[in-house]
Amino acid sequence: MDNPVQNYKLKTVGINLYYGDFHALRDISMEILECSITAIIGPSGCGKSSLLRTFNRMNDLIPNARIEGEAYIGNQPIYGSDSDAVQIRKKIGMVFQKPNLFPTSIYNNIAIGPKSQGIKNKGDLDGIVEKSLRQVALFDDLKDRLSEPGLSLSSEQQQRLCIARALAIEPEAILMDESCSALDPVSTLMIEDLMKKLAENYAIIIVTHNMEQAVRVSDMAAFMMIGDDRAGMLVEYSNTEDMFSNPKDERTEGYITGRFG
Amino acid sequence: MNTNDKTIEKIAKAIIWSAALFVLVILTAIIAYILAKGLPILNWGFLTQIPRNMGRSGGISSTIVGTLMVTAVALVIAIPFGIGTAFYLAEYTKESWATRLMRFSAESLAGIPSIVYGLFGFIFFVISLNMKWSVLSGGLTLSFMILPTIIRTSEEAIRSVPTTYREVSFSLGATKWQTISKAVFPSALRGITNGVILSIGRCIAETAAVILTAGTALKMPTSIFSPTRTMAVHFYILAREGISMENAYGTAALLIILIFLINVVANAAVNRLMEKGR
Repeated sequence: MDNPVQNYKLKTVGINLYYGDFHALRDISMEILECSITAIIGPSGCGKSSLLRTFNRMNDLIPNARIEGEAYIGNQPIYGSDSDAVQIRKKIGMVFQKPNLFPTSIYNNIAIGPKSQGIKNKGDLDGIVEKSLRQVALFDDLKDRLSEPGLSLSSEQQQRLCIARALAIEPEAILMDESCSALDPVSTLMIEDLMKKLAENYAIIIVTHNMEQAVRVSDMAAFMMIGDDRAGMLVEYSNTEDMFSNPKDERTEGYITGRFG
Repeated sequence: MNTNDKTIEKIAKAIIWSAALFVLVILTAIIAYILAKGLPILNWGFLTQIPRNMGRSGGISSTIVGTLMVTAVALVIAIPFGIGTAFYLAEYTKESWATRLMRFSAESLAGIPSIVYGLFGFIFFVISLNMKWSVLSGGLTLSFMILPTIIRTSEEAIRSVPTTYREVSFSLGATKWQTISKAVFPSALRGITNGVILSIGRCIAETAAVILTAGTALKMPTSIFSPTRTMAVHFYILAREGISMENAYGTAALLIILIFLINVVANAAVNRLMEKGR
């Protein structure tokens, strides 16, 4: 990297996260590259999801959560006194573990984000819905069924639709919290292909328990584990190939070779 | 399964079936009896004429209007305050002594006999605020009576909306109000409506609380300041004073039909709304 300063899309600097008295994340600094997939791996309870949610301030919703340090999207501080959680979240799409569509039509599921941002014109909304569905390769299948309930689709299509819903707010980055863990292996591969395609335009961070998945899709990998003080920490962060072929930390090696976790 | 288990299984099944059958028979018997006695009385004149001769002859039109007016006043007040409080309790505040006090009061109020509300309404609205026996006094009293039901059923409905709906909505950059109005409320609507329908039924069927606050006047009410007699009160007086059992049954039959209709219409309205949301 010749000029790493300009290359990152998201960045954390010395993030510490507390839930009440519980120290959940300790001193995490990392840079997420533009147009790439970064996988966060590590044993259960090590704070992967907490770290993911610091980028779009979803931890704000948890009572008693407190954060120290700063994170950036581009050059914009995420936690600075001038920044507003609602504005930050509009720049970062999120896809959750299970497909979690609203009990409404396919169309409305995608339009709900743009609508909440004040887009009311039907033509504009139609355009956004079409574009978002095209991005996840669902438009041709669903274009005549937009008024049908989203919940009538297969779970793989539902998860695609959830991705389309996140894309509809025109985010600058996408967070995926174990977004394939509720899918069968074939569907998982299809979603992974989609991720790779989206990574041509977006910075994507995924949390995954599935190490094969991390190897298959990610460019960068971050290994987290629970420290001696129970706080989640970043052990190793590097190019995925390097990490899995030649881990620098013996704890990383222990985890990826299946000795613990 | 051994034989013993099978016997227990059979006995349990028999008990549960007979309990359900027993209840079904009782309920249909009551409704069938009242409809059988009351339906022959119901005709256009009974519905459109005001009661004459204390209700011995004429119709019950003024009591129908009175019932609808009192219920409407109660709902206009109780629905916004009740649902607002429910959203406050479920979404806008952390658990504290204040929320516990609020919930405890609501639960206690839900268990108070309606005559106590009547007495309160009589002393407070009718006498102290000098609102006299009127649709307004009756409606306000009923609104207090149904508030706890609306708060509790709405809060439950709001809390049962999956957390993921809120998370998704926030993650899309929605504000708290957008999240509540677009993601939470539509999903809670059916539960909230059930509480409201239950409350409408209680308003329409209430006697003790309204007899003391709306009065027993048989004239057609012309405004919310008019005294009035609701159908349930009319029915009570007709039967209690032995004025006309026929007309009492006619009124009771209409009460049942009215409550049935409100259920059907409200559910249809919610379904329509849900469809439109699609």
